[in-house]
Amino acid sequence: MATVEFNGKSFEVDEDGFLLSFDGWNPEWVEFVKEQEGIAEITDDHQKVIEFLQDYYKKNGIAPMVRILSKVTGFKLKQIYELFPSGPGKGACKMAGLPKPTGCV
Amino acid sequence: MAKHKTPLLDQLESGPWPSFVSDIKQECENRAKNEKGVEFQIPADCPEDLLGVLELSYVDGETHWKHGGIVGVFGYGGGVIGRYCDQPEMFPGVAHFHTIRVNQPSGKYYTTEFLRQLCDLWEFRGSGLTNMHGATGDIVFIGTTTPQLEEIFYELTHNLNTDLGGSGSNLRTPATCLGMSRCEYACYDTQALCFNLTNEYQDELHRPAFPYKFKFKFDGCPNGCVASIARSDFSVIGTWRDEIRIDQEAVAGYVGGELAPNAGAHAGRDWGKFDIQKEVIDLCPSECMSYEDGKLSIDNKECVRCMHCINTMPRALRIGNDRGASIFVGAKAPILDGAQMGSLLVPFVKVDAGNDYQEIKDIVEGIWDLWMEEGKNRERLGETMKRMGFQKIIESAGVPVDVRQVQEPRTNPYIFWKAEDVEGGWDRDIAEYRKRHQQ
Repeated sequence: MATVEFNGKSFEVDEDGFLLSFDGWNPEWVEFVKEQEGIAEITDDHQKVIEFLQDYYKKNGIAPMVRILSKVTGFKLKQIYELFPSGPGKGACKMAGLPKPTGCV
Repeated sequence: MAKHKTPLLDQLESGPWPSFVSDIKQECENRAKNEKGVEFQIPADCPEDLLGVLELSYVDGETHWKHGGIVGVFGYGGGVIGRYCDQPEMFPGVAHFHTIRVNQPSGKYYTTEFLRQLCDLWEFRGSGLTNMHGATGDIVFIGTTTPQLEEIFYELTHNLNTDLGGSGSNLRTPATCLGMSRCEYACYDTQALCFNLTNEYQDELHRPAFPYKFKFKFDGCPNGCVASIARSDFSVIGTWRDEIRIDQEAVAGYVGGELAPNAGAHAGRDWGKFDIQKEVIDLCPSECMSYEDGKLSIDNKECVRCMHCINTMPRALRIGNDRGASIFVGAKAPILDGAQMGSLLVPFVKVDAGNDYQEIKDIVEGIWDLWMEEGKNRERLGETMKRMGFQKIIESAGVPVDVRQVQEPRTNPYIFWKAEDVEGGWDRDIAEYRKRHQQ
C-alpha cells in the first residue's frame, strides 16, 4: 500500500491506484487520477457519472450494475467508454473513490 | 545457479510426464544467458521468482497472491487479470504478475511464424511463461507488469493483427472443437460459426455489459469435444435429422475383422473378436438397430443420435445429410446455486453461413435481451432460468415450445396460467360467488 501526494492532499491507495477508503475521497482525487485513466478534462458528463456512483454507493453499499448506471445517467455503454476509456469499473469507480471491483474479472 | 532453493519443486522433475518445473527452469536459464541480447522489459529473473514463490506456497500450503487486481488497456473493460505477490520484497520479479488473455484462432491451428512472433513479443515484454491454452480457449500470457500492458496490446494489434480475449461480466472468448477441419462427424462448420460470432459480438466481449459472464461454445456433434454442454451458457451442438448413412460392405468389414472397432481406440487390450450384436446393437440406447442376415438396419425415427454406433464403426456409418445443430442453454459451475449442464432450448436449427447465421444470432440476442434486463447482479443465465422459469427463456428466445425441451413433465401441480388463457380472467366478485354459496 502506498500514499500519494497531490496538491497538498494525500491519499492512501492500493497497487491498482484505488483509494483504500471511500472517506478519503475529495475533488482533488479526480484531478489526480484523470491522467492515468486517459482523461484530459473533467466535463459535466464525467461529473454526472461520478456523482451518481457515489450516491448509489452511499445508499446501497455497492457499486451499481452497468445497466443501472446507463439507465440512470442516460449514457449508453459506448458513451461511458468515451468518457472513461478504461470503463465504468477501472475508470469511473476508481475516480469516484469506490472500492476496487472484485470477483472473476 | 538458481536464485531460490526449491527442494519440493525439484521432486516434480522426476517421472515420465513433461515437468512444468523443468520447463520453467529452462526458461530461467534462457533469460539468464540471454543469447539473443533481448532488452527484457520486466525483471529477467521473473520466472526464478515465480519458482521461489511457488516453493514457498508448497511449504506453507497457502497461496501467496494478493486478492484481486484491476488493470487493463484503454477502451476495454477486460482481457487482463491483474495479480500481485503478497511477498514483493522476497520475490520482486513477481511483484506484478498480470495475466493477459489473447484471443486464439478457432480450433487452435497455428503456423510457427505466428507463434514465433507471439513468443518474441512475450519474451521481450513478459515473463516468457504461458498457458496454451486457458480452459475457455484463450492463449494465456502469464506474468507481466502494468506499464507493459498497453505496449503489448499495441504490438498485438498493430503487428500481429491479434486481439485480447474476454474477462469480467461479459461475453468470454468463444471456443470450438476442430470441426470440419479434420473430423468426419462434424455436422456444421464449427470454426466458421465460432469466428463469425466472435467478430459479431466484439463489443459484448470487450466491454462488460452483462449481469455476469456468458460463454459460447461450439461442438460439431454430440461427442462434445469442446464440452460445450458443460462449459458454456450457450452451447451449439451439431446434429442431423435424416438417416444415418450405412455402408453395408464396410459393416461386413467390421464383422469380418478387417476394420478395427472404434478406429482401434481399444487396441491396447484384448477385448476379443468384434461382436456387432453385443457392442453396437445391444448398446443402442433407443434399441432401434438390428443386424440380421448380414445386414445392419436402423429405425432412424427412433434414433436419438447419441453417436455410439457411428463412433464404433466410423467407416461404415456416417452422419445424415440434412444437418444443423441443437442449442442448449444455462450450463455453469456450482457457484451459487449448484452446477448445471445445458438444457435443450432448440432441438434443430440450420447453421446457415449464407444468411450470416441470422437465425442463431436472433436466438442469442433474444436471450440477452431478457437476461440483461432481468438478470440479477452476478447471476448466470442458468440461474435466471431457474428463478424465472424455462418458459421465460423460450419466450425471449422466440422459439417454439417443444416436448423435447423436457426430459419428463413436471410431477407437481403448481401450474401457472396466464390470465388471458383462462375464461373470465382473474377479476372475480366474491358477492357473485356468495349468491350461489352461503358462508
